[in-house]
Amino acid sequence: MKCQYCSQPATVHLTNVEPSGVRRELHLCEACAEKKNVINKQELNLSSILQTLIGAHVGARSDELSRLACPVCGIRYMEFRAEGRLGCPHDYEVFRIGLEPLLQRIHRGGANHHIGKRPRRRPRSPNWHRELLDLRRQLKEAVEQEAFERAAALRDLIRQKENLG
Amino acid sequence: MILDELTHSSGEWLRGEGPEADIVVSSRIRLARNLADFPFSNRASAMQKGEIEGLLRERVTKLDGSIRLQYLQLHVLEPIDRQFLVERQLISREHATSEGQRGVAIEARETRSIMINEEDHLRLQVLRSGFQLDEAWDDINQLDDLIEQRVTYAFSEEFGYLTACPTNVGTGMRASVLLHLPALHMTKQIEKVFRALQKINLAVRGLYGEGTRASGDFYQISNQVTLGKAEGDILKEIREVVPQIISYERMSRNTLLRESRSLIQDKVSRAYGTLRSATMMTSEETMDLLSSVRLGINLSLIDDLTIPAVNELFLQTQPAHLQKLQGQALDGEERNVARANYLRSKLKPNPN
Repeated sequence: MKCQYCSQPATVHLTNVEPSGVRRELHLCEACAEKKNVINKQELNLSSILQTLIGAHVGARSDELSRLACPVCGIRYMEFRAEGRLGCPHDYEVFRIGLEPLLQRIHRGGANHHIGKRPRRRPRSPNWHRELLDLRRQLKEAVEQEAFERAAALRDLIRQKENLG
Repeated sequence: MILDELTHSSGEWLRGEGPEADIVVSSRIRLARNLADFPFSNRASAMQKGEIEGLLRERVTKLDGSIRLQYLQLHVLEPIDRQFLVERQLISREHATSEGQRGVAIEARETRSIMINEEDHLRLQVLRSGFQLDEAWDDINQLDDLIEQRVTYAFSEEFGYLTACPTNVGTGMRASVLLHLPALHMTKQIEKVFRALQKINLAVRGLYGEGTRASGDFYQISNQVTLGKAEGDILKEIREVVPQIISYERMSRNTLLRESRSLIQDKVSRAYGTLRSATMMTSEETMDLLSSVRLGINLSLIDDLTIPAVNELFLQTQPAHLQKLQGQALDGEERNVARANYLRSKLKPNPN
């Protein structure tokens, strides 16, 4: 198919559905598409694409998701949605309903669970790492609030726990 | 200091050796890993980032086995030195410009490096010259095992290695090859190749990764999917598709030689001539001209220059490298003069 404005091969195909319901098709070459502002040839930005994806896949459950926050690191689902980065390993559990459709979309063609290398060193106990993460968050908050006595106590607890493991 | 040693060499991955090195410049694999009991780097407080950096620095510089790494704390380096490491592909652009306590461990031969407190706590990287993905995998797998003896990774049976960005979760592996595809670009076939690659979920990027333009006709091809496929299968997909791209590039080169020999000879000669005589040269123009010269060598249209020498010129004419070589900071115009001087001195016609 040729571009509607010149004779170059058309590589950009767009169908616009106007509010009245009328469909308008556009077939353009890349140069004309750029000229007509149909495509924006800016640098490919993965995180903005990711944000669009995250937005597109929460749909109906977004109410429920918008209230979610990780009890361990404190990140809210909406922060993840805005930044595209999770806060701690535990978020994969906490935000599961939002993440699953997203993961399927990103990792198209793969199974819905991990296949491949596994670390030989297993976690000490299922909750051990989460508790340590939680203590670290409390310590961070204590420092931010300048509650230094509590911070010192928490630091001792963390040390103790690390050494016990 | 390691940076000064590096300035006068080029990394092993630029040697221009290894299988298919006329087209496959290098093969690279990186693994994203995180500690199980810290928040991800972007969520960590300054103090926590300090703890993570300190802990991992101590661990990665004392690995068992024969691996010896030199460590650089990036937050105390000058911006130009960080840029220098980016140009050598030892750290990412994000790692160079981000904030807070962070570092990189580098092996002297520059085939292995480990970024600490990038987007993930650990980013392991192995770089090889030519088409050597399997060798790169064996190497990085072993490095990963060595580190894992000393730290507990964030891992779930269901989601695999847990990463700050869900695009990396699972294997945490990004495998890529850096291809030089001037003939596919000239014959306008390159877009077709891209579309075909996208259909099979492989990504195409420019030389310096995400968001960079493909200057000098260099393209990085890498896997998109990290969850639900084993490392071996991901590598196999790339290993199978790259030979096809190589053969398309070779076909295009032959077509050019057969049907437009004088045109291609002219393009190569003009590029070589300009590089040897210009007195000001931008980075972008240098990349484009060197690309034509590199093609000229591979087509035997130039016989007094080698691929490793051209690979080296690509690297040494990058802004930070140029300034390190000159030993001083230069503004844009001064850099263009220095770059042209450097190129003329390196490409002087042989008096015989």
